[in-house]
Amino acid sequence: MSDIHISLAAENIFHLGPFPINNSLIVGVIGSILTFFLFYITARMVKLHPANRFSQAIEAISEAILDLIEQVTQNREKAIRFFPFIMTLFVFILLNNWLGLLPGFGSITINTAEGTVPLFRGANADLNTTLALAIISVVMTHVYAVQQLGLFQHLSKYFSLNPIMLFVGLLEIVSEFSKMISFSFRLFGNIFAGEVLLVVISYLMPLAAPLPFFGLELFVGLVQALVFAMLTLVFLQIATSEHGEHDPKKKEQPSKPDHLVKKTDIDIDKTVEVV
Amino acid sequence: MDAEVFKIIMPGVTIVLGSIFPAFAIGWMGSRAMEAIGRNPEAAGKLQTILILVVAFAEAIAIYSLVVALILKFV
Repeated sequence: MSDIHISLAAENIFHLGPFPINNSLIVGVIGSILTFFLFYITARMVKLHPANRFSQAIEAISEAILDLIEQVTQNREKAIRFFPFIMTLFVFILLNNWLGLLPGFGSITINTAEGTVPLFRGANADLNTTLALAIISVVMTHVYAVQQLGLFQHLSKYFSLNPIMLFVGLLEIVSEFSKMISFSFRLFGNIFAGEVLLVVISYLMPLAAPLPFFGLELFVGLVQALVFAMLTLVFLQIATSEHGEHDPKKKEQPSKPDHLVKKTDIDIDKTVEVV
Repeated sequence: MDAEVFKIIMPGVTIVLGSIFPAFAIGWMGSRAMEAIGRNPEAAGKLQTILILVVAFAEAIAIYSLVVALILKFV
């Protein structure tokens, strides 16, 4: 087993001034450029009767995700406000997970000052990327919560004069950090373990044996992207709801008719346009 | 036993201990979800999303021990 080269940390390729550029960063930049152009191109192709299969597919996926978000928030307006952030997270993580499975990742090597290292490495197989995503996710939760509730009411969830609530708020603050840790290690662990699995299987039996594992990794990549996006969404929903609003009856009463009205509105608009 | 032997054994022990309970948890969740779907088949769509989410939570614990095992093995 001594031939297998596995490194827990991403390897440095070159230095840009004082900043080391590692192989995961290169792939991460490629992934974010792909994410950007995917939606930029699709947004320019949106029409009432799109002839293009590609834009139709992207629109269908976006609709599905929007419906999923609406299921959680129970409110169309809120779903539309959360949609850009959740969708960007989902697509960025999904693209990066799947990029890491392309041929050439790990097998194309380059000679650097620190020895021979792979040129590409999946962005999410580096703890720095997933930690950054986790911090973005947690910080954006608070930004949305402050937008929705106001700074004072949001802070009152964490700081209070009542000693019991103060202790609960302290636990909430700790849970924010544990959220970051679990977000980052879940994604990193899944993707890195997948890479190690593929390397080991390819080493043991290179011919056909890795194929089902590639299928498994495609599935794991999708599920992890979905889990990251859904968990962010659930935390967003919790953070942006009112303080004592935990019983579902109280929450559903005002939002249900509002959301029904909104839906019929959109339908009427659509039929008018089509006619 | 000297340190070398421990270094070989410990990653295996870590992943064994760390995956027992998530395995039970996921199996239990699956069985309860099946029961719920059997009683109320219309709820399958709603259950599926929640099930995937909660299974990912339980799986994350196994993944933590996997990360620890990989650190023990390769660092």
